[in-house]
Amino acid sequence: MGFFLEVVLGGLMAGVLYSLVALGFVLIFKASGVFNFAQGAMVLFAALAMARLAEWLPELLGFESLLLANLLAFVLAALIMVVVAQGIERLVLRPLVNQEGVTLLMATLGVTYFLDGFGQTIWGSDVYKIDLGLSKDPLLVLGDLFEGGILLNRDDIAAALIAVALVVVLAIFFQKTATGRALRAVADDHQAAQSIGIPLNRIWVIVWAVAGFTALVAGMVWGSKLGVQFSLAILALKALPVVIVGGFTSVPGAIIGGLLIGLGEKLAEVYLGPIIGGGLENWFAYGLALAVLLVRPQGLFGERIIDRV
Amino acid sequence: MLYRENGQFKTRYGDDQQIFPILQDRWLVMALIAFAFIGVPMLASEYMFRAILIPFVILSLAALGLNLLVGYCGQISLGSGAFMAVGAYIAYNAYTRVPGMPVVGAFLIGGGAALLVGIVFGIPSLRIRGLYLAVATLAAQFFCDWVFARVAWFTNYSASGSVSVPTLTVAGVSLDTPQSKYLFCLTIVTVMALAAKNIVRGHVGRSWMAIRDMDVAATVIGIRPVTAKLSAFAVSSFVIGVAGAMWAFVHLGSWEPLAFDVNRSLNLLFMIIIGGMGSIMGSFFGAAFIVVLPILLNQVPAWLGVPISTAMASHLEFMIFGALIVFFLIVEPHGLARLWSIGKEKLRLWPFPH
Repeated sequence: MGFFLEVVLGGLMAGVLYSLVALGFVLIFKASGVFNFAQGAMVLFAALAMARLAEWLPELLGFESLLLANLLAFVLAALIMVVVAQGIERLVLRPLVNQEGVTLLMATLGVTYFLDGFGQTIWGSDVYKIDLGLSKDPLLVLGDLFEGGILLNRDDIAAALIAVALVVVLAIFFQKTATGRALRAVADDHQAAQSIGIPLNRIWVIVWAVAGFTALVAGMVWGSKLGVQFSLAILALKALPVVIVGGFTSVPGAIIGGLLIGLGEKLAEVYLGPIIGGGLENWFAYGLALAVLLVRPQGLFGERIIDRV
Repeated sequence: MLYRENGQFKTRYGDDQQIFPILQDRWLVMALIAFAFIGVPMLASEYMFRAILIPFVILSLAALGLNLLVGYCGQISLGSGAFMAVGAYIAYNAYTRVPGMPVVGAFLIGGGAALLVGIVFGIPSLRIRGLYLAVATLAAQFFCDWVFARVAWFTNYSASGSVSVPTLTVAGVSLDTPQSKYLFCLTIVTVMALAAKNIVRGHVGRSWMAIRDMDVAATVIGIRPVTAKLSAFAVSSFVIGVAGAMWAFVHLGSWEPLAFDVNRSLNLLFMIIIGGMGSIMGSFFGAAFIVVLPILLNQVPAWLGVPISTAMASHLEFMIFGALIVFFLIVEPHGLARLWSIGKEKLRLWPFPH
């Protein structure tokens, strides 16, 4: 029982990470109808920026505090991501406005390659780590409930807390601020939003900036857990099945889809893996997405916008 | 002046329906093929063959296969690397397990297996399209990666997971020199490219294009989407599968599943975006571009005397690829092939444009 719960919790923790990336996808897709393949590259770029800045800033400015370095690096990296997001919107998507979804998808593929190369050119291409100063000792919980208890990693818990915090911040931003309302209006109906005077271009820039910020948070959490390296961008591709399972247009769907995929993946790896061979994790998510597509193409929580053929 | 159809009267149906109705086009294509078969082997160096010509020829075929699906039928696929892998591994198994199997026979079996897998992964296209299909084909990619890495039968129980083929012999000729490999690949590619050109201008290809342009209208005029889409997946996967088998057998010699990962799929997609979607010629342009660009990028700094590390060069390559994709999508969505046809149009009127 303890082992099963450990697997479940481990899966959910991994799922939180997928949700973080998937959130960025959903935000952009809702607001501008762009299927942003580059979200993974943005995560990698943001994580690289954060890791390197946290390394360089203390040397440059001559202070030692880890917390201060991380905070400064986070703020600077967030600014950089806003600039990157604006650049993508202005240089790539604005000239392609009103094109078909598939064209936009391919454009974001180009952006993916560009960001991968650009990020590694300016930040370096080794494996870096983001040290958030969390202790690595596992935490033992529920030890008195059953034999052995459950081992939890502190950084997993921190990751979950950060994810929750991000979702809360985004929810407040979307529900309570004027900009957030405008974003929701654009997501619901472009033309209606435009007709009441919401500037679409500015909204798209803001959405991309928010997605860049989400990418930074995801990159920070992933980077502190797995190290910042190129494979992050590939791992982030897992967010695609997540949004398919959850539904392209649903923020709660992204979160629940992420948790489902993380959980399913771990359970499949642990319980099915020994039967049909390990490494199931690599494609299980896609297989699940495929099954969902065939049965319920709009995903669990999405609107029925899909083109039936 | 030189290139025009004036005076070429088509007096029989055959004249009107041939692949290249304009005399100059026919001559040009024949001259190109002749040059590729006779001129190139005499001129090119061994390095040229290994690094540029053989990869170019094989990847053009793969790009051509993908173009049939994406460019002609409008079904986006991010799983072409997987179909290449299926072609390569099944051809390998056919070649090593069946005694006396000819190389071309193994290639055809590999292509046939890719065809079946392509149809299976094409089934989702009947219900979904566009972005959703992209993810479905991505599923094919990761699933095949996993199968070939994990199921030992496919690699003939090789301990390291990588497999290799001995020197190939085709019709009694041993393919041990780069020239012979090149000619072998070129023959297959020429045959398949002409076949593809014929398919796309015939009834099947037109039904693909109708589905691509507007599927509802196509259905109304009596094209069955099921047949059209699945046949596009089938033909495209077959071509890609044969290309995969050639890539593995002729170019790599020994390989592991990583040779056909998702980057290969994206690379092929880039080829057809840059070369031109919905154009046979474009597949060749795109493949040439993508094969030559990294080599140039490695050479240019050396010519300019700027030292540049290999890591830096590969990052630059990524950046330039990405920027070019975006550039082509914005400026010339029909790719290099469009420039080619604009050139031909201009030439038709030259030198009296009015």
